[in-house]
Amino acid sequence: MSTRPADTESVGGSPAWRERLFTTLQRRGAIVVLILVVAVSAVVFDNFLTEQNLENIVLQGAFLGLIVVGMTFVIISGGIDLSVGSMVGLGGILAALTVQVSWPLALILPPLACGLIGFGNGLLIAKAKMAPFIVTLAGLLGIRGLALAFANEKPIRIGGGSPFDWFGQGQILGISVPVIFVVIAFAVGGLVLARTSYGRIIFAIGGSEESARLMGLPVDRTKVIAYTASGALAGLAGALLAARLSAGDPNAGLAWELDAISAVVVGGTLLTGGAGTMSGSLAGVLLLSILQNLINQVGTLGSYAQQVVSGFFLIVVVVVQAYLSRKERS
Amino acid sequence: MGFRRMESVRMDRGATPNKSFDISTATSWVRGRGVYVAFVVLVIFNLIATPNFASVATLSTLLITVSPIVLVALGVALAIGTEGIDLSVGSVMALASAFLPLYLGYGWPIGLSVALLVGALAGLVNGSLVAFVGVQPIIATLAMLVGGRGLAQIFAGGQSLLVTDPVILWLGQGRPFGIPAPVIVAAAAVLMVGFLVKRTTFGRYVVAIGGNRSASYLSGHPVRRTLLAVYVISGLLAALAGVVATARLGASDPSNIGLLIELSAITAVVVGGTPLSGGKVKVMGTVMGALLIQLISNTFIANDLPFTWAQVLTAAIILVAVYLQKGRGVV
Amino acid sequence: MEHRSPVLEARRVTKRFPGVLALDDVSFELRLGEVHALVGENGAGKSTLIKVITGVYSPDEGQVLFNGGEVSFAEPREAQAAGISTIYQEINLIPLLSVAQNVFLGREPRNSLGLIDKASMNRAAGEILERYGIRADVTAPLRSLGLGVQQMVAIARAISVEAQAVIMDEPTSSLEAREVETLFGVIRQLREEGVGVIYVSHRLEELYEICDRVTVLRDGRVAHTGELAELSRLQLIAHMLGRELSEVEKEGATGFSGEHETAREPVLVAQDLNQHPRLREVSFDVHPGEVVGLAGLLGAGRTETAKAIFGAEPLDSGSVRVEGKEIKTGSPGAAIKAGIAFLPEDRKLEGIIPDLSVKENIAAAAMPRLARAGMVSEKAQDELVEEFMQSLGIKASSPDQPVRELSGGNQQKVLLARWLCMNPKVLMLDEPTRGIDVGAKAEIQKLVDDLAAKGLGIILISSELEEMTEGSDRVVALKDGAVVGVLSEEEITENNLMEMLAHGEDSGDGVQENGERADG
Repeated sequence: MSTRPADTESVGGSPAWRERLFTTLQRRGAIVVLILVVAVSAVVFDNFLTEQNLENIVLQGAFLGLIVVGMTFVIISGGIDLSVGSMVGLGGILAALTVQVSWPLALILPPLACGLIGFGNGLLIAKAKMAPFIVTLAGLLGIRGLALAFANEKPIRIGGGSPFDWFGQGQILGISVPVIFVVIAFAVGGLVLARTSYGRIIFAIGGSEESARLMGLPVDRTKVIAYTASGALAGLAGALLAARLSAGDPNAGLAWELDAISAVVVGGTLLTGGAGTMSGSLAGVLLLSILQNLINQVGTLGSYAQQVVSGFFLIVVVVVQAYLSRKERS
Repeated sequence: MGFRRMESVRMDRGATPNKSFDISTATSWVRGRGVYVAFVVLVIFNLIATPNFASVATLSTLLITVSPIVLVALGVALAIGTEGIDLSVGSVMALASAFLPLYLGYGWPIGLSVALLVGALAGLVNGSLVAFVGVQPIIATLAMLVGGRGLAQIFAGGQSLLVTDPVILWLGQGRPFGIPAPVIVAAAAVLMVGFLVKRTTFGRYVVAIGGNRSASYLSGHPVRRTLLAVYVISGLLAALAGVVATARLGASDPSNIGLLIELSAITAVVVGGTPLSGGKVKVMGTVMGALLIQLISNTFIANDLPFTWAQVLTAAIILVAVYLQKGRGVV
Repeated sequence: MEHRSPVLEARRVTKRFPGVLALDDVSFELRLGEVHALVGENGAGKSTLIKVITGVYSPDEGQVLFNGGEVSFAEPREAQAAGISTIYQEINLIPLLSVAQNVFLGREPRNSLGLIDKASMNRAAGEILERYGIRADVTAPLRSLGLGVQQMVAIARAISVEAQAVIMDEPTSSLEAREVETLFGVIRQLREEGVGVIYVSHRLEELYEICDRVTVLRDGRVAHTGELAELSRLQLIAHMLGRELSEVEKEGATGFSGEHETAREPVLVAQDLNQHPRLREVSFDVHPGEVVGLAGLLGAGRTETAKAIFGAEPLDSGSVRVEGKEIKTGSPGAAIKAGIAFLPEDRKLEGIIPDLSVKENIAAAAMPRLARAGMVSEKAQDELVEEFMQSLGIKASSPDQPVRELSGGNQQKVLLARWLCMNPKVLMLDEPTRGIDVGAKAEIQKLVDDLAAKGLGIILISSELEEMTEGSDRVVALKDGAVVGVLSEEEITENNLMEMLAHGEDSGDGVQENGERADG
């Protein structure tokens, strides 16, 4: 007298297709919004689609983009990395300090050093089982302190004409070098996330760490690698930024971790972990960058309004996501 | 008929732990009061090493500088107690600071009320997002952090406005009975929040929600209402801090006031023994945490050491404090 | 019976936790090609033993041997790599990932570039599922499937790893009869291949159908090891409980005495409770002094029913009446005020507030009563707490002790105290004796009896058949969210109950159709 549910339905679940619609909407929504925003902006603003403007947008977002790649992995695994903004500052300082010694070193040392710090973060989080928020918060404070200390609290100029500058200011086939770096980072990151075992394990840990452990997955090792990569990418961003500005600024990257988190969340990754896409994060970074650009276009609003709009935009996105995920689950 | 899960461990042997004095009890005691111990050690160090440390002026300066931090840290502590967080406190300070001079023209009661109201409203927005929409506290308050300061600057027209009302100025610069007014304000807030946490049902609800939200809900606690109240209180406290800081300055400063103070607040809360995972709110610990962090900075400055290393030391202390907390099964 | 060599062995293993001796000098041996039952009451140590064997815990004393050589696994990963595969009772898979991804997590097939070959992974997963007769879309997210299918996927994953020893912890808890048959076929196949299987289950009929030998654990020690065929069911139960066979025959297996006086008018009436898709037109009533058992398989909707009545979960439609008055649904506050109390199934997840003290936990629901103008009266609280700690026999070093330090049985008593101090009219208990040892279990069962005698209306949810049959005056059977039958008094036997749950039809004499209520 009771009906047996179809095999892919469940007493406790919903029809698979509806669930998947909402999931797709939530995950890919950012890309859709991106396309919409670009389309609308192109219509409203005459010089939006110019090469110059688009280049600006992409370049502005490039440095943040490097950090977002690492942050995506970390957040999907259920953690967070607040120290990346400070690593940008440290990376820039390390680059500026070593560029006289040897310019390749100026490019390699920052990611190496910050990767090492990230490794330390990872160990404290995975082995000592300390909360990522706290460990990376301490990192945020301590690393910024280090950067300020090394730089005597002032920006360090990089003498003109160093080949190192090319990494920030040069171009290949008309595309700025930092942009090439970040494109590669997103491509590789996206591939690793979606198509390698490592990526699957990141999702598993974020989905249910205990289950992942019981399934025999190398949870600790995976986490440590994620934080190491996050650090290394942030260090690289710092070095490239210094190359672009021809100066290492110990205060560079201030509050960038918050922007990175925003971009990842806007991109559809769940802050609680277990779900997300690299393409979504890419869309998130571009959206934030376009937002800044649009506000500048309007001109009259100024940077204050930009902040308000950013904040508002973030709220709207998250509210919509909350609504979608509730629909997903019921 | 089936089981869904099997409890793994706890077997009832009627066992109760022995409470005899031993090393582990002693270490446990120290761990629970680490921040006090650290503070005492630092004070002793300063008494020895820092010239002119044992003076009223030094104490006064320390307390005055720490007062706004304590005010916002109290609010952050409540939020953390519910397993949430409030990153927006600095921006709410800026909002209050921006609105204060705009309405002082109507008299100080109106000006003060508007400034506090603004803080409460910001808290209402945060709280609504967290309690009713289900947004993660870190994201909701992050949005307020980003948007709030911008809003403050817009309303202030990007300018710093002078504050001349004598009552308000007294709040920041007065010295009733020789004690700086900001310190009295902060002390009053500490007493009030301490009272809320320890003696009211609201306080019980806060720690229950942070300790086990489902259990709290199933015990009939007004979870959403409590969460809303927590963020409103945090907003109010931040606004109060903004008013005091503005009064001290004699002018509003929406661009700089409260900048990065959320980091100091979170540090004070965590170092003071309130676990980030919620379930417990240590009011005195938070105050001590704020004092400790500030004293570290002051120690470095007074002894001509590079101030930036103070920041590094603070970071190290956070790690140590949290690591020790873990040993007690918390965090 | 030919003697087979041991593939997995625990030798004199002892494991302690703070304040608790979970395993005491336990020796256990799994031979190749045998299906070995591991049984015991809740809290007897079965889970702990398995976790010691598979490396989740390390033993304080004793050794674990695999294929004759001593091993000490630092984590489950190592045990798996060595060839020990475990299927847990909780479905330990990743809900957001697809079926195929879950089956191959950690060992996905690669293409020539070293990247995951999604197509071949999906294909292989499809083949595995087909081999085990599981019908599911391999690309669907795991959580969109029924619990039974999810469990089958977990089984498929564990077995596809080519292990030498497979441990199954309550594997049939979410399975339909057809799936259970499939599982048994798989187990027979494994036995033929020489794989050793440890089978942990509460369902004694299953054990007798599929297992060769049995080891009974009680209070952390081995009470009996031997061939299952040589042991009668009653003897088995007697070993599990530590009681004399004659006692068990006479008095039953639980602390329930069975007979209660009930009143005419119902104290609680649940009418047409609907909550898509989990509950469908659920209706029944409870009388003062009566124990109504809610029976059903996992996923049948028992907990959902209780939570819906309590207001902890929203209802699409339906009403709840307490003493004739309809109460607002969807709010625990309204239910509590009306006199309903609810003891949730998972006390760790939904019951105790771990860092708060015993007294704060007991007083948690009573806050409005203990406070004036928002301020808590410590005196009133302490008096209330003292009274209930005494009457329930809660063992703690002091009322200020953090509740997480208490044993499972005492924690459960704290939760009971939380509700009893509210003077409820209706008490709903969801698995009240789960995870606590035999002594405390009997205590709690007797307590429930006493409460019924005092006139409380009680709803009892339990997966232990004896608790249901011996403790209930009436049993309402649920299946897939709907009431499929009601049994009263002499009709309440294990057989009748299982029939009803399996087929969802009348069986035996005088059994009512769903919806109708037997005379109380």
